[in-house]
Amino acid sequence: MNAALAGRTADGATLPQPTRPDDVQAFVRHQPDGAWALDLMVEGAHCGACISRIERTLRRHPGVQAARLNLSTRRLHVAWQGAQEDGAALHAAVEGLGYPAVAFDPERLEADGAAGQQDLLRCVGVAGFAAANVMILSIAVWSGHALDMGPGTRGLLHWLSALIALPAVAYAGRPFFTSAWRALRAGTTNMDVPISVGVTLACAMSLSETIRHGPYAYFDSAVTLLFFLLIGRYLDSRARGHARAAIERLMLLRAARVTVLEPHGGQTVVAADQVRPGTTILVAPGERIGVDGRIVSGTSSLDNSLVSGESLPAAVGPGDRVHAGTLNLDSALRIETLAVGEATLLSEIGRLMELAEQRRGRYVALADRVSRYYAPVVHLLALLTFLVWTLQVGVIWQIGLLHAVAVLIITCPCALGLAVPAVQVIASGRLLRQGVLLKSPTALERLAAVDTVVFDKTGTLTVGRPELVDRDRVPQAALELAAAMAMSSKHVLARGLVAACPDVQALDGVREIPGRGLLLATSEGEVRLGQRGWALEGLAGATPDGPARPEIWLARPGQPPQVFRFEDRLREDALATVRALQDRGFRVELLSGDRPEVTAKVAGQLGIAHWRAGVDPTAKTAHLQALGRDGRHVLMVGDGLNDAPALAAAHVSASPSTAADISQTAADAVFQGQRLGAVLELLAVAQKAERLVRQNMVLSIGYNVLAVPLAMIGLVTPLIAAVTMSSSSLLVVGNALRLARQRR
Amino acid sequence: MSIIGFLIPIALFLGGLGVIAFIWCLRSNQYEDLEGAAWRILEDEDEDEPPGEGPDRGGSG
Repeated sequence: MNAALAGRTADGATLPQPTRPDDVQAFVRHQPDGAWALDLMVEGAHCGACISRIERTLRRHPGVQAARLNLSTRRLHVAWQGAQEDGAALHAAVEGLGYPAVAFDPERLEADGAAGQQDLLRCVGVAGFAAANVMILSIAVWSGHALDMGPGTRGLLHWLSALIALPAVAYAGRPFFTSAWRALRAGTTNMDVPISVGVTLACAMSLSETIRHGPYAYFDSAVTLLFFLLIGRYLDSRARGHARAAIERLMLLRAARVTVLEPHGGQTVVAADQVRPGTTILVAPGERIGVDGRIVSGTSSLDNSLVSGESLPAAVGPGDRVHAGTLNLDSALRIETLAVGEATLLSEIGRLMELAEQRRGRYVALADRVSRYYAPVVHLLALLTFLVWTLQVGVIWQIGLLHAVAVLIITCPCALGLAVPAVQVIASGRLLRQGVLLKSPTALERLAAVDTVVFDKTGTLTVGRPELVDRDRVPQAALELAAAMAMSSKHVLARGLVAACPDVQALDGVREIPGRGLLLATSEGEVRLGQRGWALEGLAGATPDGPARPEIWLARPGQPPQVFRFEDRLREDALATVRALQDRGFRVELLSGDRPEVTAKVAGQLGIAHWRAGVDPTAKTAHLQALGRDGRHVLMVGDGLNDAPALAAAHVSASPSTAADISQTAADAVFQGQRLGAVLELLAVAQKAERLVRQNMVLSIGYNVLAVPLAMIGLVTPLIAAVTMSSSSLLVVGNALRLARQRR
Repeated sequence: MSIIGFLIPIALFLGGLGVIAFIWCLRSNQYEDLEGAAWRILEDEDEDEPPGEGPDRGGSG
């Protein structure tokens, strides 16, 4: 438990940008009862201990009335009396426990989806009740056929069944009826059309049988059918619900907010898309720039990695163009807005992505492909049965209709409707426990076909943050001094220094010169830690230029300058994962927006033969499309903004949870934590799931092939229909459950 | 056979109670957080407040 907790905490530390306090403020709401409320999305909460840790810590805060963590959705609701500003403290308290938390607006999450799922569940309940009770009555009727139940008693039981079944079908069948009606009105057909026709006809025919005191009524079949189908439908919507929740989470995570400087003084925080071109905005260090613009004042360095894949921060000053999505590292910048929303580079990437996604949107899930042929075939068979019985055999048309309805009931895609959702829910649950979130319902199917894996470099194969290299060759005293100074800075490289030597005390009197470095005045003179040109200013003896990679220089009076070089380290299991993929026969490629020498080095370390460097988003997309045209099914793994279009263009895609929002939105799967091995797990589970789905398809179609002829020759009684239907449904669910039991 | 005159209404009544209870559970958001509920039952301490108060909005209520 503690180990798990620690692991999660480590994950949290890699979150690219923690929510800033003022971000939290914007999400504090005033409740009707006078209390303040805040909703947070908590990462890393996994068990009961997490619940009580978080809730108890919050309840100890004065004024807190309620704190409740929903473990299924990872949402935390806090309500308190007092000041609005307490929100930031409460948020900090949660993060202090080691759970990264992001504020969100619950109103925007009130999607119709949750209500729809509740409605489905209500339908399941009603159908279940009706199915159980009608079945009890039907058992009496069936045994009555064998013994000697009088037509009067049978009629009574049929009437009772009708009384239960008809309202239940009318209520619980709505999801299918509305969907079928919508499809018919649009001139198309879907799986719900045969279901609706079958259920309605079965009920109508049974009612007429009951009125005519006939021996056979199919009320039990109609209701049981609905019950099973609704379960399938509910599972399906749960699987999609997971996906939807994930997407919502990503969209809301760090919803871009911009600090606008009013012309007559003062600042306001507004959403990025509400900023008008021409306004001046303020970007604090550590904040992501929300607009495209030009720097008015301030010098700083920008982390462009999300936009261009470039791992080295770029120095910028007044007059320079900046793009939305870049991260301001050193000091505050005033930026004149040139473009917002639709016009930004960010949106350009978004558009590329949409284009690519439309192309992929044409992918049709296996179940839909099957059902496309299913409905016409079923209806033709039923019609054929009716015609043959009435015209050829010459029975009265009611009997013909009876047999035709039996065909419809038997072929109702009960098992088919359960076969895929059951496997999907179990597979996505299994992946969720491994920290992999499946976002797209068809992701599993597409993953199973993958034969090529394309990786991005920065943040995907590598950790995505600079770490000190050659730590052993740096004198300990210099490192300690530098780390002690670096304590007072939030610069990425300074953080890297502190991470390399965490046990030092912060030094007093350190001044940060924005865009340059840190300055400490001592009795012997100035100590400088920062950019090469600035730190070595006035020092004699130029040191040779190293390779272009992130570095900080330490200049002390009377001692030679010391350099600290940084490098983006590979993920720990990157090599093992790439090897394992290659061993399993996948072609592995590396596509990076970074410079060739850096990319070549990483490719060499990992033994990736196919790599390309310096590729921009358009080129990445083009490359993936070319691979697709060669008939390859590509899994793209990437995290940057520049990867987003490529992620959308690939056959299927995955992102680490540290990726840019837009990439996570584009990706079909998101994996948490430091392990790249999640990709292996993803592929393995997908292949197993695919196998099970196909088995289930074969099972349910095979059952139809056996049962339909029986129905057509009129041998299927309500009893046989009920037995075959239930058993085939249980069979496919049981088969799907095998996926949950397989542990590796 | 007159026994079924009692048994069937009783069966339907009991079953109906089940459905009503189910819908009540659904309405009062008891299916909101199945995972959390499984853990909460292991809590030794009582919560400081009745669970239905306020927080059951839980973000998606």
